[in-house]
Amino acid sequence: MFPMLIGISLISFFIMHLAPGDVTSSESSFNPKASEESRQKLRELYNLDKPVIVQYGLWLKRIIKLDFGNSFSSHQRPVLWEEKDKNGNITKGLIQESLPITLLINLLGIFIIFSISIVLGTFAAIRQNTWVDRSITLFVFIGFAIPGFWLALLLMYWTGVANQWLPISGLHSPGYLSLDAFSQFIDLLKHLILPVFVSCLSGLAGISLYVRNGMLEVLHQDFITTARSKGVGEKKVVFVHALKNAVLPLITIIGLSIPGLIGGSVIAESIFAIPGMGKLFYDSVLMRDFPVIMGILTIGSVLTLFGNLLADLGYAWADPRVRKGIIR
Amino acid sequence: MKNILRNPLALSGTIIITVILILAIFAPLIAPYDPNFIDIESILVSPSSFHLMGTDGLGRDVFSRMLFGARISLLVGFVAVGIATAIGIILGSIAGFYRGWIDSIIMRLVDIMLSIPSFFLILAVIAFLTPSIWNIMIVIGLTSWMGVTRLVRAEFFSLRQREFVLAAQTMGASDIKIILKHLLPNSLTPIIVSSVLGIASAVLVESGLSFLGLGVQAPTASWGNILTDGKEYIQFAWWLSLFPGLAILFTVLGYNLLGEGLRDLMDPKNNN
Repeated sequence: MFPMLIGISLISFFIMHLAPGDVTSSESSFNPKASEESRQKLRELYNLDKPVIVQYGLWLKRIIKLDFGNSFSSHQRPVLWEEKDKNGNITKGLIQESLPITLLINLLGIFIIFSISIVLGTFAAIRQNTWVDRSITLFVFIGFAIPGFWLALLLMYWTGVANQWLPISGLHSPGYLSLDAFSQFIDLLKHLILPVFVSCLSGLAGISLYVRNGMLEVLHQDFITTARSKGVGEKKVVFVHALKNAVLPLITIIGLSIPGLIGGSVIAESIFAIPGMGKLFYDSVLMRDFPVIMGILTIGSVLTLFGNLLADLGYAWADPRVRKGIIR
Repeated sequence: MKNILRNPLALSGTIIITVILILAIFAPLIAPYDPNFIDIESILVSPSSFHLMGTDGLGRDVFSRMLFGARISLLVGFVAVGIATAIGIILGSIAGFYRGWIDSIIMRLVDIMLSIPSFFLILAVIAFLTPSIWNIMIVIGLTSWMGVTRLVRAEFFSLRQREFVLAAQTMGASDIKIILKHLLPNSLTPIIVSSVLGIASAVLVESGLSFLGLGVQAPTASWGNILTDGKEYIQFAWWLSLFPGLAILFTVLGYNLLGEGLRDLMDPKNNN
């Protein structure tokens, strides 16, 4: 874990040095809003007058203290966490504000992916080579190939413009604050339907296929034959004996799909104008707001590592063989 | 080759890819108009026999732009995957052949690259460079070599101890010769499958970047940036959004079908 963190910080740091010439000069040429003062601040922040190795060390020291600096644009708000000024006014951090939204969308997405793909995959497997299986496979291939942003456009047009069933941008309707708690919840839910659907479709396709193939493999194993010959009902064989074994590896797969989900939130959030971390990242790229870009890159990777760790722990917890140290 | 015709996945993939390749290669001959010709007399004309797929907000013929966009998408797909495969083969061969500390270093690097959300990484690099088609190919290539590296390494691990390799070594063949003449040719199938699937995802990434305005830059047509216009005019011009999306869908579908089909064909389990 620790060498990984060092490696991630190295890559994030050296990406900044890809910029031709001085970061501050490219900053000034691309972003006319950056003042001489903020450029000076940037030079101090990254110690650009010192050798690269020293710069990296100093930057790392800041990161360890979770100091990601302040944004160039967005009124120079702190990148990560809130700050108090002399008058006691609190300015919220950009990542602090946007990360929970992205996490909410992705966790909902993972939940939906999990629950629907297990059902689809299992049905495709027990009805192998029938029309059920074929249509699920077709869905899988189309789900893989459909560009998320195009699907988002079509859905926006169909449900928002042509029919006005669902809101197509932002997280809240105007007048959200005057609603009671229940209506607020419903309002939020309505705003989340499209972005969550768009961001989980390809994952849904992939994992359905994974469950199907895993299920088929498990159903051909000896212990299933044994269960069947002992007279265990087919339903119990499939849903109790086989399903448990077929679903177990999903924990790892979900862990591995986290970087894709976080990365995918850029497109879904910028299309639906959702103020999450993906949109923040996109806006920062357009503004060349380096501290925010570096901050999100680092935080996004740490989140992925954390997710993988959770997945490993979850796997160990779910599989008694690992839990009792029989296999590793 | 005969087998491809018998596998429905591979066959349908091959047909789709061939059609798109022909359209892309002969784009200048097929295109009825100059893709960048601005005609203010015919802005946002709906599809008809004059403009098969209508015209865009500047009166450019969408069908012609789609044909030239196919060239861009396929070019980006091929070059990006070429770069990724080359890096993957080199690093994977070194790791799989020499093992030991160099293997641990390369595998750590793979783990690190896999834990940085790749779309973030691509966008971050583009933020520091100028978006151009060449930079995009290089960036996509540099962020997608990890799968091939793992594949090649795993193949080498299992081939390394086989008798023909040991024999070659005993006869004094150099490392590089063993890698190039004995190990790589025997690991070719999984590399091909993963490259074909890689083209599909590179096409998706390129179109996503172009859609966000960080990919292929106007006036060069790409399916992604036609869709950006489509978003602008979605209320009055459905054809601007429909056709490029379908084109991306079918291209990606074609490569995925071919990749999965080849995987089935090359799986020894399916040969009995």
